[in-house]
Order: sequence, then structure tokens, then C-alpha cells
Amino acid sequence: MKFGVIVFPGSNCDEDLYYVLKHHMQQEVVKLWHKDRDLQNCDFIFLPGGFSYGDYLRSGAIARFSPIMENVFNHAEKGGFVMGICNGFQILTEAHLLPGALLHNDNRKFICKNVFLKAEHNHSLITSKLDLQKAYQIPIAHGEGRFYADNNTLQELNANGQILFRYCDAQGNVSEASNANGSLQNIAGVCNKSKNVFGMMPHPERAADTLLSNTDGRALFQSIIEMVEA
Amino acid sequence: MKFIAEIEVMPKKEILDPQGKAVKLGLANLGINEVVDVRIGRHITLTIEAVNESEAKAQTAKACEKLLANLIMESFQFKISAA
Amino acid sequence: MIDNTITTLETAKKLGLLEEEFEKIKIILGRIPNFTELSIFSVMWSEHCSYKNSITWLKKLPKDSPRMLAKAGEENAGLVDIGDGLACSFKIESHNHPSALEPYQGAATGVGGINRDIFTMGARPIALLNSLRFGNLKLDKTKWLIKGVVKGIGDYGNAFGIPTVGGEVYFDDCYNVNPLVNAFSAGIVAIGKTASATSYGVGNPVFIVGSATGKDGIHGAAFASKDISEDSVNDLPAVQVGDPFQEKLLLEATLEIIGKGSVIGIQDMGAAGIICSTSEMSAKGEHGMDIWLDKVPTRQANMKPFEILLSESQERMLIVVEKGKEKEIQAIFDKWDLNCAQIGVVTDTKRLHFYMNNELAADVPAIDLVLGGGAPVYQREYTEPAYYKEFKKFDLNSIDTTQDYKAIASFLLKQPNIASKRWIYEQYDSMVGTANTNTNSPSDASIVNVKGTDKSIVITVDCNSRYVNADPEEGCAIAVAEAARNIVCSGGEPVAITNCLNFGNPYNPEVYWQFVGAIKGMKKACEKFSTPVTGGNVSFYNQSSYEGPVFPTPTIGMLGLMDDPTNRMTMNFKKEGDLIYLIGESKNDISSSEYLYGYLGIKASTSPFFDLDKEFDVQNTVAEIIKKKLIASAHDISEGGLFVTLAESAMASKLGFEITTDKNFRKDAYLFGEAQSRVVVSISAEMQTEFEKILQDRNTPFSKLGSVVACDFIIDGEKFSNTNESALAYNNVLHELLEQ
Repeated sequence: MKFGVIVFPGSNCDEDLYYVLKHHMQQEVVKLWHKDRDLQNCDFIFLPGGFSYGDYLRSGAIARFSPIMENVFNHAEKGGFVMGICNGFQILTEAHLLPGALLHNDNRKFICKNVFLKAEHNHSLITSKLDLQKAYQIPIAHGEGRFYADNNTLQELNANGQILFRYCDAQGNVSEASNANGSLQNIAGVCNKSKNVFGMMPHPERAADTLLSNTDGRALFQSIIEMVEA
Repeated sequence: MKFIAEIEVMPKKEILDPQGKAVKLGLANLGINEVVDVRIGRHITLTIEAVNESEAKAQTAKACEKLLANLIMESFQFKISAA
Repeated sequence: MIDNTITTLETAKKLGLLEEEFEKIKIILGRIPNFTELSIFSVMWSEHCSYKNSITWLKKLPKDSPRMLAKAGEENAGLVDIGDGLACSFKIESHNHPSALEPYQGAATGVGGINRDIFTMGARPIALLNSLRFGNLKLDKTKWLIKGVVKGIGDYGNAFGIPTVGGEVYFDDCYNVNPLVNAFSAGIVAIGKTASATSYGVGNPVFIVGSATGKDGIHGAAFASKDISEDSVNDLPAVQVGDPFQEKLLLEATLEIIGKGSVIGIQDMGAAGIICSTSEMSAKGEHGMDIWLDKVPTRQANMKPFEILLSESQERMLIVVEKGKEKEIQAIFDKWDLNCAQIGVVTDTKRLHFYMNNELAADVPAIDLVLGGGAPVYQREYTEPAYYKEFKKFDLNSIDTTQDYKAIASFLLKQPNIASKRWIYEQYDSMVGTANTNTNSPSDASIVNVKGTDKSIVITVDCNSRYVNADPEEGCAIAVAEAARNIVCSGGEPVAITNCLNFGNPYNPEVYWQFVGAIKGMKKACEKFSTPVTGGNVSFYNQSSYEGPVFPTPTIGMLGLMDDPTNRMTMNFKKEGDLIYLIGESKNDISSSEYLYGYLGIKASTSPFFDLDKEFDVQNTVAEIIKKKLIASAHDISEGGLFVTLAESAMASKLGFEITTDKNFRKDAYLFGEAQSRVVVSISAEMQTEFEKILQDRNTPFSKLGSVVACDFIIDGEKFSNTNESALAYNNVLHELLEQ
């Protein structure tokens, strides 16, 4: 399994993600420059967090037209895996590879803190090995992360099992009070209908190192690796 | 009487507009290379209850000066029409 | 020469120059300067660039240590050897006046400026801190300022992608008009891969890179310019806008070109723009430059030579590379979609020749513009202000000993100076870079891992300006001591400092007395802790005609090191039943405490008890018991006294404490006094014998306070409150004050 992490101008979690994949998960991983078109035979493409193009106009709106995105579309269309974290998720919704949109947080502020997540089911690559009873502590850091979709889309997402994560409290209760940013139905992560394109606002790569006293995020990477190798 | 105020708030021309600059790069990625400059502002519409147009104008100007525009770095202009 | 203006003393004065300075310029040039040249001298001889009113005192500060790789003032930031072939570059800088005018952009560009100082050294920034001072939080103006400043710091730092890992915020009426915004950055570079702010090698090309140049920050000069028209006044941006996206690209491109090894010298452009970089680099490298101003990419049309030279537009760098490497630098900056224009060449004249369309616009000797060269140096007068003696008269016995201790305790936890700064720090990305180890285990100082090593830098910013106002010398020594104490309590070893000296008008002898006192205090404390000064920034004129000067605020940014990660120490209690000890001496002292000043409303008292030798002993003892793995937590006593320290250690783990006070002391002083050199530690019961023996052997004063309990705060058998209630109040005060 070969991972690729795309570097857009303004990406700033590319190195963190690369570091976790390479040093903590012991995977083959390369960085891909946004102006190149070659995906270097990567099986799994990550769009990292950050502020691509300064997040000007709308988060992710400009990066979506970077040269490399054409082949990201092709890769996804052929069933290849693509995942966006934070700004990467915003780019994928702007590119319509994922449903919905990410609006300004309900408190109109950037929020950086630990939150808890609950996996919705085990029927996706990312959540396949997760404990559905566990509240995973994963940090968020974003100003525009409030998931929004119209009613029909929401119903479809629920019906198709496209919702991956919801914000919850430390005990695993999904409630208004545990909603980190005002997202509809506490949605923190989704996938496309064919379950090969994923997006989430929280940062699992920030919870994967014993030095940081929190390794809850490793389970997500572990899910990907174990499933593919199996 | 009801009036509509169509307000345009723009960064002052001498002030750097980072957003406009980044959007220009994005347009180039789309193959639109002919764009020389991009500046991005806000369009705001107010519906105002006022006795006449000049009062509506005065209210709009006050709203722009006090809240809608930051006069240190933004300029505004507006048009008033009957609703 | 195209600028044939004959300048006069009147114009010189408008530009802020003194008569004697105008005379000196005429001697240097051997003629009367034209307007462009006069503008050049006015900015280069300003306090900001020349330190003319402060340098004689700054020179008295200790600067040497075997770890120093660059002397203070010689480079854009300090450079300290941290072992294993790595160095840490760090610095703090103020952006007070721009933030007072437009808090969002003022603070944002402050963050931008300090980071350029770090990466122009070749170092990649890994952590940011900030030190903020605002006025009374009940005022609408203060709310506007704090919201703008916090959003500005957040938006810039978050997008730039470097974590803001800590800081300090204080509120006092003295900052109602003039807030202080001090930003600190630290970066890491391999020794031998650093860049220098120099220029040499005749024929080497000079490049300007990054943003285009606009008429930013040239008001003083523009209004002194005689031929300025109404229209051109309207062209002057009142605010400089920061672009963190541009800065991020500039960071990557700059580190890439420095990594190629063909850079001769590089300097960022902050205050005084192109003229500052060209003159400082040329003076240092003992060369000259021919610069063609018409080659500088500009954002506004028809800019005059003085406007291009003095512009403070953000996100720009001046780079001199080896001749023949023009294509290399061009390719790198093209890759990052940044401007990159050759604007001149290095010469052997030691003079700066500025041309506009092939005509000479200014001709000045580089060395005469800069600090340590021809820039003036002044000895300012100073006199002890009357208030100092008044403050010393404070008598503890004038304060009633029968107080409602529960009410004080509850008041203190909700005082904005003490309460949680969560409303602020949650707006900062504190985790990007995945090296901030404090997110899930808090310490008194911020511990940031140097990726790929076991090593961490341990950093903090500290200054209680109320103490400094009460007694500048003692107060500033306390600021240094507290910074060192925070680092020691986190398991680090103090290494060096950077300072940001925020004072009032230096021409006021009473303000200058505060400045001199602070320097004396800093000197003795830095010598004691072996933490030399690597550089920093002086910000004078922080005062308003209505409110007088702000409290003298010499903010200390201290760098510490932790080579062994097992020494990491946290401030939160660990488990019920652990024993709580006080290391250091209790004192009958409430001077300048939040209790006396905030609760009782008594503003006139001296600085709290402080003894440098005792402080040093306490810190060495704490360092030893941490290394011996004897303690479970360590938290120093600062604002709010012992009670607040215990409450913070308890709330951080949702635990409680039960202690007994010492009847030999006034209970208010024991619980809420801010006497220095004290640390609260908790230990596992089985460590008690060994722990006490070491403290006895070392002869460090200590006392057993009590133990960690489940959830209540119990003092002398009386329940003061419980952890949940206290935490709710403590965590939400700022939110309630700012989100109404």
C-alpha cells in the first residue's frame, strides 16, 4: 500500500500526516506537489489540513482547481481511495467528490480543542476496525467545519451509511451539547456513496503519538492498513 | 415607505487585498490568464422603512460608517431605490 | 541627482530628527541632504532601528554563554546551540501601536514580522507564544481590542501553520488606551545551515522577494514631504494588511533557497523596509550596493523613491546570492508563485546608491545609518518618581486580618488576570506540527518536541508589570525568575532569554528611571540563572496624554531545554491520597497581590517579597527532585497565591485538596500572598521519606500542606468549594465578559 499526501500552497498538516504514516504506521508514503499531475502510483491519496490558498474566497474553493486534482478525480472515479482531513475535507466537498458543505462554526470562531467522536458503523475502510462503543478523543482545529447538507441529501447519507463519525461527549453520547461546531446531526465525517472517498474535520494525525499522551487516532490509520492488507 | 439599499463594500484601493491576490492565482490554474487584478468586497442589501429617500440614504450611510464597513481599510457606496 | 530638494531644519524636525542630528547628517554627507536622504536618516536613526535612547543600558546586559551562536543585535534573532548539531533561533517583538489602531491587522502583522525574523535565519519556526496587555475588560473599547487582537493572532498563526502553544494576558486600567501585543517565535535550524543578515562579494545580485511594495507605514515621511498632494495623502494605507498565505509560501521558498547554499545574506523587511535591509546588510558585510528602485515590484502606481525605500509592506525579504545563481533563485520563487526581482548589485563602495530610472536618487554611506556605526547614541536623564517612595510606605498592619476568605477565594478564581484564558487559546491552533506536548498534559511552561529527536524546547513569556511598576529593579528580576521557575517546574533547564521592553516616553525622566531599574534587575537575575540576553525589542511611547504611561512592562521570553523526555513534569495533581508540599518559605506578605490590588482595591504597595539567592536554591532543588523522579506534579506560586496554585493543580485533573494553614502567618498572606520563590508539589505517599530527606539535606525550606482529595477544596477543615463549581466559574469568566 502506497500513500500520497498532496501539498497545496498553504497546506500545513502535510508534514504531520506524512510523519505519522511513515514513522508511527511504518507505511510507504510520498508527498505530491499540487502543480504536478502524476500520482506516482499511490493507492491512497490524502488531502491534508491547512489553509490552501489562504482559505480565501471559500475554504478549499481554489485548491479544487489545482493541476493535480484532475488525476485525483480520475483516481476516485476508478475506485481509488481518497481522504481529506480538515481543509482536505473542505476541498473534496468543493470538488463535489463528497456531499455537503462546511460552513463557519456556529460560534463564528476558529476552534482548536480535543473533541470526542463515535464511529457510525464498521462498513467503511476507515471505521472497519473501530470500537462502536468507544468515544475516540481526536482534536479539531478549524473555523469552517459545520457540516451542512439539504434534507434529501442528509436522508440519503443516513440511508446509505455514508456518515462515518459524529461528535459525542466523553461517554459517547451524541447530543446538542457535544456538537463541537453546530454540524447538522453532529456529523464529523462522511464518505461518498461508493465508500472510496472519505472526509473528516477532526485530525487523527494529531492523536497518534505517545509523546502527545493521546493515541486514539491511530485506530483509524490501523483500520485502513489492516483492511487493505487483509 | 420601504426602500432597498444596495451596498457595496470594497477594500480601499491602496490596501493589499490578499484574498483577491489568491483568487487571481486560482483563476490562472483554471486557464484564465487574462485577469490583471482581482479585488473582493461584499454586497449587502438592506430593506429600510423610511419616510423618504433622503432619510433612507442617511440611515444607510450611518449603517455603513458605523458597522458595515471598516473605514480604516474599506470604502463603500450604495444605491437606494423604492421597494 | 533627481531629487534636488534642499532640505531644511524644519523638514528634519517634521521627520522627527533633532537639530544636532540634522547637523550630523550634513557632516556625514558633506552637503545638505535631499528629501530622500533625509527620510532615510530619519527612519534609520529612529529608536526602532537605532536603539539610540536605550543601547547604552542594553549593552550592560549579559550576552555571553558557550551556547551563543550569534551575539545580541548582530542577527535578526538570537541563535542558541541546543546540542546534537541543532540550534534554536528565538525572539520576541512588540506590535503595540499598530494593534491600538486596528487590533486585527496590527496583531496579525506582528505575528508575521516575528516569524520572518526567525526564518530569515534559516530556522523553521516550531512554536509561537504571545504576551498581551489590555485595559479594563468592562470597557467596550477593551472588548473590541481583545477580540480583534486574538482573532488577528489566530488567523495569521493558524494559516501560517505554526502552533501558538502558550502566553500570558493581563488586564489593568493603565492599558485602556495603549494595549501591548508582544509576539514570540522559536525555530530550529541545523548548525551550519543558518543564514546571516550580511552582504558582500562585488557583483553579486540583490533580490527582493515576496509581496509587492505599497505605500505602507510611511506616514511620518509622507506628511513631511513638501510636494505631497491631497491625492497622494489619500493613497496612504492607514493599515497594513497581513497575508499569512503569502508568508507561508515565503517561508517554504526562503528555507529552500537557503538550503541550496548559495545565499550570501538575507534579511526580512519589517520596519523601515528596503533601506533598513540594504544598509544593515551592507554595513555588516562592509560593502555597498547599487539599487534600482524602478525594478522593485510595486502595488501602487507612481511611487516616489522615498516611498519605495521606507515602505513597511509585509511579507518581503531582501536576498543577496552568489553571482550566477540568478536562475536558481528565480526557479524556486516561481515554484511558490512569489515575486522575485533583481533590484541591484553589491559594490565595494560601502555606500548605498539608489537609482530611479537610471538617475541617482540618494547616495548614503551604509555604516553611518546603523546602530554601532554612525547612528546617534544618547544618555537620557532619569529621576526617581515620587510614587516609588509612597508605594514603599505600604504597611501590612493597616489591613484588617479578619477577612472573608471564602469570598476572596471565589473572587480570585474569577479575576480575569487569574481565570482561565480558554476563550482566547481555543482560537489558536495549538497542535499543528504535532510537537506540543502540553495539550494532554499541562505544564507551567510550554514543552515542544524537536521532531526527530528526544529533545524539547521549554518556553515561556512572563512579566507581572504591576510588580515592575511598584519596583522596577525587583519587579524585572522577578519576571526573569518566574520565567526560569516555570521552565524548571516543567523539567527544563533555563538557557537564554529574549526581551520585549515596553515603556512610556523615554524623554520623561521618571519613565526612563523605570527603564534603567528594569535593566538592572534583568541583569542581576540573568547573571544568576546563567541566561544571557540574545536580543529583543524596545517599544517606547506606550502612553497616552490622558492616562500617563503604561506600567513598565519588560516582557521576558525564556528558552529552556529538556534533553531527557523522562524529566517532563506536569502541573496537575495525579491521584487522591498524594501528599502536597510547599517548597520555599511562606511570608507575611500581600504586596502587589491580586488580593490587595484587585479585591481590597489598594493600588499603592511595593513588589512582593523576593530574594534571588533563595529563588535560585528553590529552583535547583525542584530540578533535582524532578530528575530523581520523586514528585508527581509541580506548579509555581504566582498571581493569586497559594490558594490559586492549589486550585489550578486540582482543576486540571478534576481532583480536590485538603490543607492546613500555618498559624505563624496571617491567613490572608498565607493563602493569597504572592511572595516569590515558592513551588507546590505533590508526591506519592511512598516517596515521603526520600523526598523529605533530600530537602533537608539541601537545606531548602519546605512544609507539608496536606493531601490530594476527591473533589473538594478544604482549608483548615472548612470546605471552600468543590472542583466542578470552581472550574465552571474559572473557565467561563472571559466567555461571559466577552460574549454578552
